[in-house]
Amino acid sequence: MTRDEIVIAIKDIIATIAPDEEVSNLAMDVRLRDQIELDSMDFLDIVMELRKRYGVQVPEEDYMQLSTLQGCVDYLGPKLESKSLVLTALKG
Amino acid sequence: MSDERRYYRGSTDGKKPRTSDPLAKARGEYDLIVIGSGLAGMTAANVLGSLGHKVALLEQHYNFGGMATWFKRSGGHVFDVSLHGFPVGMVKTCRRYWSPEIASRIVQLDGIRFDNPQFHLDTTFTREDFTEKLVSQFGAERSTVEGFFDYLRGLNYYDDPRDTVADCFERFFPGRNDIHRLLLEPIAYANGSTMADPAIAYGIVFSNFMSKGVYTFTGGTDWLVAKMKDELRRNGVELFNNVQVERITVENGRATGVVAHGRQLRARAVLSNANIKRTILDLVGREHFAPEFAREVEAVRLNNSSTQVYIGIREGCSVPWITDLLFTSTREQFDSPALCDFRGQSRTFSFYYPKVRPGSERFAIVSSTNANFADWAKLDDATYVQEKARLIEETLRELERYVPNIREISDHIEAATPRTFEFYTQHVQGASFGTKWEGLRPSMELSSHIEGLYHSGSVGIIMSGWLGAANYGVITANKVDLFLRAAAQTAAGGR
Ligand SMILES: Cc1cc2nc3c(=O)[nH]c(=O)nc-3n(C[C@H](O)[C@H](O)[C@H](O)COP(=O)(O)OP(=O)(O)OC[C@H]3O[C@@H](n4cnc5c(N)ncnc54)[C@H](O)[C@@H]3O)c2cc1C
Repeated sequence: MTRDEIVIAIKDIIATIAPDEEVSNLAMDVRLRDQIELDSMDFLDIVMELRKRYGVQVPEEDYMQLSTLQGCVDYLGPKLESKSLVLTALKG
Repeated sequence: MSDERRYYRGSTDGKKPRTSDPLAKARGEYDLIVIGSGLAGMTAANVLGSLGHKVALLEQHYNFGGMATWFKRSGGHVFDVSLHGFPVGMVKTCRRYWSPEIASRIVQLDGIRFDNPQFHLDTTFTREDFTEKLVSQFGAERSTVEGFFDYLRGLNYYDDPRDTVADCFERFFPGRNDIHRLLLEPIAYANGSTMADPAIAYGIVFSNFMSKGVYTFTGGTDWLVAKMKDELRRNGVELFNNVQVERITVENGRATGVVAHGRQLRARAVLSNANIKRTILDLVGREHFAPEFAREVEAVRLNNSSTQVYIGIREGCSVPWITDLLFTSTREQFDSPALCDFRGQSRTFSFYYPKVRPGSERFAIVSSTNANFADWAKLDDATYVQEKARLIEETLRELERYVPNIREISDHIEAATPRTFEFYTQHVQGASFGTKWEGLRPSMELSSHIEGLYHSGSVGIIMSGWLGAANYGVITANKVDLFLRAAAQTAAGGR
């Protein structure tokens, strides 16, 4: 996955978890929870989806790294390098 | 196994000998065994089944659902035990971890009413409406009310739990016993909160409700649990009812399975939805834990228990619209411990109209109070029967203020007490809402004491109620999934 694809991967996971939220305009450097309504259960879901879709483990102490899209790209970049993008919500 | 006894349908406090082996179809080994089918146990099992793990769910009762339960009585009566209301968050939780169909059955209550010597009001039980009432009816400053809501919303569960509900109320609304009643009474019924509990526990639950009001399921608890069972089976979870787990087996500091009906079932991980104290001190046994941890668990306080009176309305009769949820009291002043009084003056009525079970024309009313187990446990059998009758009579007298002809239109009445709750759910002392705050830590940390052993279920006040229990099931499922994946990798010789 390229860095751009990682952004799409995260947006797709958010769109799956929170179908009522608009994900296309999310800013890279602003905390996700300041842009859309995400609570701690939502974050847990993001982590579980990452594991389910890509086999990526995010230990609890690293959850903070996923607070912005840029943070996700930086943290997940190396872990997702060799994986290919899986889309469910943003298909078509 | 003729000495084993199980509940039989239609019995209120009896068990009869078992005739068949409930574990006949069980395999010898699973990835995960879940003990107990409360909302936490079922939700965890469903999430982990859907992730591909081989899961068995063992429940001692013949019904699944734990405290999320119902029962039927002749005359066509159906009574829901714990379907009084939950926060809107349940919609999201059901959609994600159960099914869109289940989520689509959640609807907002139409009415919530308070009636006591200090005030009378109808409310949507939302922040907007409470703010309006606190300002216009109770004369509080708007900025103070906003400050109170913001303070509670801003609390995090790693914050200092020493700020109590009483401290917090006194800071924002000093000396306003009536406001304290409005703010605490409903939450006390929802999860056993008291003035002495940490403000954070109260704040999380109160804020959850205040976001959008109070919700319920159309179709009733029986519909819900039937759908959940379908979903569990679809996700490959094997369901076993009438199975009393006797012991969790531990070898070399690792959980290896359970013993039920004299038979060992093996698993890579065990998740207990039984009461946390019972799990650690009885099912595992304190000898498997460091003494200081066992002492910590021993010291965990339980939440209160409950009494209920179930009133079935005769076929063809009806109750005019009053409200859905009625918080009533004849006590002049609010006093948090008095909510558990043996001869309490405060109760909630849940009115079940035909809208609850579309297609049915029936009505039912359920009265609930908080209660202390000890008050009921010490009674001899004859006094116990008398006291149940007294409870029913007091409840009817109270209800007559709202439904004057209740005695004519009802044709089934029975009561449940803390003894009843203990008997059916096996919660220590019939605890209705798990444990006080300090139960959270041992529950969350259990796997660091015994590898592969997890707990999920009402603890710490915040993890109780339908929403809290279900979400805690997911939180624990996430940990179990991580553990099982790592174990599978090790077994496969992977890195
Ligand atoms: C009277 C009353 C009214 C309530 N009203 C509401 C309400 O309106 N809204 C709300 O949100 N919440 C309400 N609650 C609280 C809510 O019902 C509970 O918090 C929630 O259902 C608890 O779920 P749980 O997963 O923690 O466990 P439980 O429901 O307690 O389930 C535990 C399960 O484990 C089983 N078990 C225990 N030991 C064993 C063993 N050794 N072997 C096999 N099985 C075992 C038990 O039989 C039980 O099924 C109410 C509770 C009561 C008592």
